[in-house]
Amino acid sequence: MPTLPLLPRLFRPMRSWAAIVPIWTFAALALLSSDQAHAGKTLDGVRQRGQVTCGVSTGVAGFSAPDAKGRWAGLDVDICRAVAAAVLGDGEKVHFVPLNAQQRFAALQSGQIDVLSRNTSWTLTRDASLGFHFTAITYIDGQGFLVPTKLKVPRATQLKGAQVCVQSGTTTEKNLADFSRANKLGIKPIVFDSYEAGFKALFAGRCQAYSADASALASVRSKESPNPADYAVLPDLISKEPLGPVVRRGDDEWFAIVKWTVFALQEAEELGITQAQAAAMKPSDDPAVQRLLGTGEDMGKLLGLDKAWSQRALKAVGHYGEVFERNVGAQSLLKLPRGANRPWNQGGLMYAPPLR
Amino acid sequence: MSTWDFLLQPAGFDIGETGLFAFEATQPVWRALLVGLGNTLRVSLPALVLATVLGLLLALARGSASRSWRLLSTSVVDAVRLVPLLLQLLIWYLLLVEWLPDANEAMQVLPGVWLSKGGLAFPWPARGDAGWAWSWPVQETFNVQGGGAVTPEFLSVMLALSVYTGAFLAEVFRSGIEAVSASLLEAAETLGATRWQVIRRVLLPQALRTIVPATTNQYLNLVKNSSLAVAVGYPDLVSVGNTTLNQTGRAVECVAVMMALYLAMSLLTSAAMNAFNARRALQGGEA
Repeated sequence: MPTLPLLPRLFRPMRSWAAIVPIWTFAALALLSSDQAHAGKTLDGVRQRGQVTCGVSTGVAGFSAPDAKGRWAGLDVDICRAVAAAVLGDGEKVHFVPLNAQQRFAALQSGQIDVLSRNTSWTLTRDASLGFHFTAITYIDGQGFLVPTKLKVPRATQLKGAQVCVQSGTTTEKNLADFSRANKLGIKPIVFDSYEAGFKALFAGRCQAYSADASALASVRSKESPNPADYAVLPDLISKEPLGPVVRRGDDEWFAIVKWTVFALQEAEELGITQAQAAAMKPSDDPAVQRLLGTGEDMGKLLGLDKAWSQRALKAVGHYGEVFERNVGAQSLLKLPRGANRPWNQGGLMYAPPLR
Repeated sequence: MSTWDFLLQPAGFDIGETGLFAFEATQPVWRALLVGLGNTLRVSLPALVLATVLGLLLALARGSASRSWRLLSTSVVDAVRLVPLLLQLLIWYLLLVEWLPDANEAMQVLPGVWLSKGGLAFPWPARGDAGWAWSWPVQETFNVQGGGAVTPEFLSVMLALSVYTGAFLAEVFRSGIEAVSASLLEAAETLGATRWQVIRRVLLPQALRTIVPATTNQYLNLVKNSSLAVAVGYPDLVSVGNTTLNQTGRAVECVAVMMALYLAMSLLTSAAMNAFNARRALQGGEA
């Protein structure tokens, strides 16, 4: 017993040393990890495992969310299914990994997933400094505001001094700060670490607006709000948010496969090749159609795949227009207009380089 | 050391509440982290005081002669100790945010003190053109502006941490007092010491020996537990650190910075408590 009061004194000098060691260990780790090199054999890994591991959101209706039967569905999900169909011959051979905004990049960097298809905006910082390649644009979005209609705010520029709920780990925070400064609004962000917490705080009345990509706002308004009529998405978009699948650097073959699978779906829409036609293998005299259906020149071998890769992708999910309408467009709950996501020859911005 | 250059880059994001610091998106990342650290301390320090007071009250109630006080204290302490802190934090937040009036129709609880979903606003000295003056909060279109203000996020984090740690401290205090041998107290009484003298000279020096180290642990836990604040949107060190991590992509570096700062805070707390304990131990040790 008499030694007891002495114990804390005995431990003190040791404790400070014990503290300094982990600090420097971590500093050293941080320095070492800055240069990440990856051996690029993603395709071999995918074939060996027999499935594509695809990072998706924890549940953004229309983009990636489990449906009533627990099957993953959405625009981002269909991109992964198309890749799996092209590579493995079966759109069901996908392992979906739900990731929040903060986990997503680490999951891709660490090789936990083969492709990140999770409403992720293409920006210079992300493309150039995180060790990623953005492959293609699958949805052209912009950041907007969801506000309660009872506040009677018609335009985003009238949100002076408002408290705005946002999700952490997104480009949203930075855009909001830029918009607030440019318009001298003094907007106060309230940052939540989960997608759900942000809009729940809006519904509880904690903030006067919720800011996210306009597509996500439509999803929140229609699926999550207590009464969709009580909330409105403001017409102003304050940023460009091109969303698309992302792959790790250092594997050019895999980069090309994901990129050209997306382009194949977009080119198929331009050529009018639907899911049904791809399944039925309707013969065509058009060389462009033949290439896509795998009956003409062999484009697959250039990607390290077989001749019918694009036909299988189309058979699995349909062309880009079908994917859009089924998940977020007219045939879905979200009813988002095509807008800029129409093909270039119909007044939109979707433009696939030629598959030849 | 290009790895750490990002600390000097402009942050690019705003922070909802900045406490005593001023912060703008154009300021560097290290400054944003400093604001986060400031917010962590701003919520932890009042919570430390409140938790100690609450712990003392609960411990006193538990040792009271009245059966109902004992029952009340026991049930509060047990209920709070047995529910995860994260849930308690969310409950406090939901209660505050659901029950309070909207920010555009705040209620004035006292002259100049407004309570709403936007938080608690109160008069606060501010430096204007004519030197220091009291700034009074006023109701504006969306919310109350001016004066000093704490948000519901701040309030819920502070309350949750205080109550949770208070319940544990109550147990620490009780066990510390109960650990003092009754015969020592009886001996003091036999020697003719007054009740106050027994408490001051015999009970407390003995009890504090067991109480202080265990209290240190609880204080350390409180500061570390404040990192749960991110769940209710309070911009503490972890929240700002996460945002930085996502804007810069420097995951390992950001986590290392956060760990180092928490470590520093814990070491400081621990050192302060050890200094206090050393003084106490000497005093009691000679008896």
